[in-house]
Amino acid sequence: MSFPWAKQYTPENDFMKWMDSRLPLPRMVYNAVGAGYPVPRNLNYFWNFGALAGLALVIQILTGVILAMHYAANVGVAFDSVEHIMRNVNSGWLLRYAHMNGASFFFIVVYIHIFRGLFYSSYKAPREMVWLLGLVIFLLMMATAFMGYVLPWGQMSFWGAKVITGLFSAIPLVGPALQEWLLGGFSPDNATLNRFFSLHFVLPFVIAGVIILHIWALHIPGSSNPTGIEIKGEQDTIPFHPYYTAKDGFGLGIFLIFFCILTFFMPNFLGHPDNYIPANELSTPAHIVPEWYFWPFYAILRAFTFDFLFIPAKLLGVIAMFGSILLLFFLPWLDKSPVRSGHYRPVFRKFFWFGLIPCIILLGYLGGAPAEEPYVMLSQLASAYYFAHFLIILPLISMFEKPIPLPNSITESVTGKPLESAA
Amino acid sequence: MAEPETTETNEGGEIRRRDFINIAAVSFAGVGAGVVALPLLSQMSPSADVLALASVEVDVSSIEVGQAIKTTWRKQPVFIRNLTSAEIAESKAVNIGELRDPATFEDRTLPGKENWLIMLGVCTHLGCIPLGAAQGEIKGEFDGYFCPCHGSHYDAAGRIRKGPAPTNLEVPEFSFVSDTVVKIG
Repeated sequence: MSFPWAKQYTPENDFMKWMDSRLPLPRMVYNAVGAGYPVPRNLNYFWNFGALAGLALVIQILTGVILAMHYAANVGVAFDSVEHIMRNVNSGWLLRYAHMNGASFFFIVVYIHIFRGLFYSSYKAPREMVWLLGLVIFLLMMATAFMGYVLPWGQMSFWGAKVITGLFSAIPLVGPALQEWLLGGFSPDNATLNRFFSLHFVLPFVIAGVIILHIWALHIPGSSNPTGIEIKGEQDTIPFHPYYTAKDGFGLGIFLIFFCILTFFMPNFLGHPDNYIPANELSTPAHIVPEWYFWPFYAILRAFTFDFLFIPAKLLGVIAMFGSILLLFFLPWLDKSPVRSGHYRPVFRKFFWFGLIPCIILLGYLGGAPAEEPYVMLSQLASAYYFAHFLIILPLISMFEKPIPLPNSITESVTGKPLESAA
Repeated sequence: MAEPETTETNEGGEIRRRDFINIAAVSFAGVGAGVVALPLLSQMSPSADVLALASVEVDVSSIEVGQAIKTTWRKQPVFIRNLTSAEIAESKAVNIGELRDPATFEDRTLPGKENWLIMLGVCTHLGCIPLGAAQGEIKGEFDGYFCPCHGSHYDAAGRIRKGPAPTNLEVPEFSFVSDTVVKIG
């Protein structure tokens, strides 16, 4: 941290002094999430969700490592080994349901975390790298979640694997060969299941590594805040510990209440019943859908039912689906407005709440709906808006919008008094 | 001073020996790393036992005219249909020019055995199994096959007619080893 008023770590006893001069790990923690990290005093509860996402990852790794002790990655027994976990293993049902719903909760908190970043433009300079690393984490999460969903080797697992690897077959020239290489065969089989298990196990640790980079990059400029203006003095900040550890702890309690409600009382609410049917390579389920957190992207994929110029519909759908995430990597340079917070951007705010949010909720609904009219046409309209929002509307707004005057300092926005005189 | 070009200083802008050694060593290590990467990547490709299943022989003597069976080849479904003469005539009558993936009926069957339509039951869109092979299944708007996942319609010869799939249902390499036994692959 670069703030000169940040509290300095002082080892309290001889052992900690000895440690500090050899492996200053306590010092690092103190400066990262302790009293040594000054944070804006005005963070609201939307700033809880980064810490909650980290906690969701911890839940997933803990339950996942234990599940791996009982699961067998072989097409002959994978489905039965999951049922074995559910019926025979002590507390196995709890661990599996926690892991299943933990994945959904990981995505819920990460989506809120991302939309926090979108509304408060947390992606703007000097925090572009924080945003880019966050997107890398998001992509890794999607890959991990997809491969995890294949492991129970139910109907949705099998056909999900087939359809998602089928996306790669749309790539011209190398597509079909690439799909065979990914599957290790001509259709999802034992080779596929084994490699997905291996990658599903290791990727969360890669995610943990990128999270460290994400936090490192964040701590160079420090956290943003709801006003979007930079920290100007010591009065604008409070130490992370105990203030935000306490606030995050409160949010954690709320998170766990919802997590327990789903895990204990409606554990299959977010899942698909077809995945309790063992995989059958000769029977496609009537209605293939991915897990709910992929629905918006799945809707974009299916929106392309027409060829355009020389590009076939299938390839267009795949390009659009990947493009919908890749374009977020360019967001820091598409939105040129110098004002960050949506609170001070009247036009941006309207398009955010009445354009982007309904558009993504609609896409989510359509991704879970069957591939029929009127859903297809609505998907096309919503996909068009999604791309237009980021590529046309946002750059235009940043040119023409007249922002509301910003407060002089964070302290002034909180206390109404100027920075110098506020206590 | 007798051989100034071999010293470490380089006043004439020539390539020094040390530069050469650096570039050569790094290049050699790079080639080595590339060679090591090959087995790490090629292990992902279909293994020998998977490739060993690359051909199957099927006895088709019990399939009556107008019937079809589903079997598997390379762990993928295969439709074997004994076409009726009406289906053959209908398939031949189609104007090739209006097809997304132009193919004549003759392109998709063997001469002299043209009542046998053999193709992968794998939708060319994203790999679902189209309906229409078994009796009572929806055959789509072109009286052939219909994929329920994303709504692709194929005709009686398995050619794409409507929907997102880019190409016709794939006809694998096949040959008749006797009058009643067909070898796929």
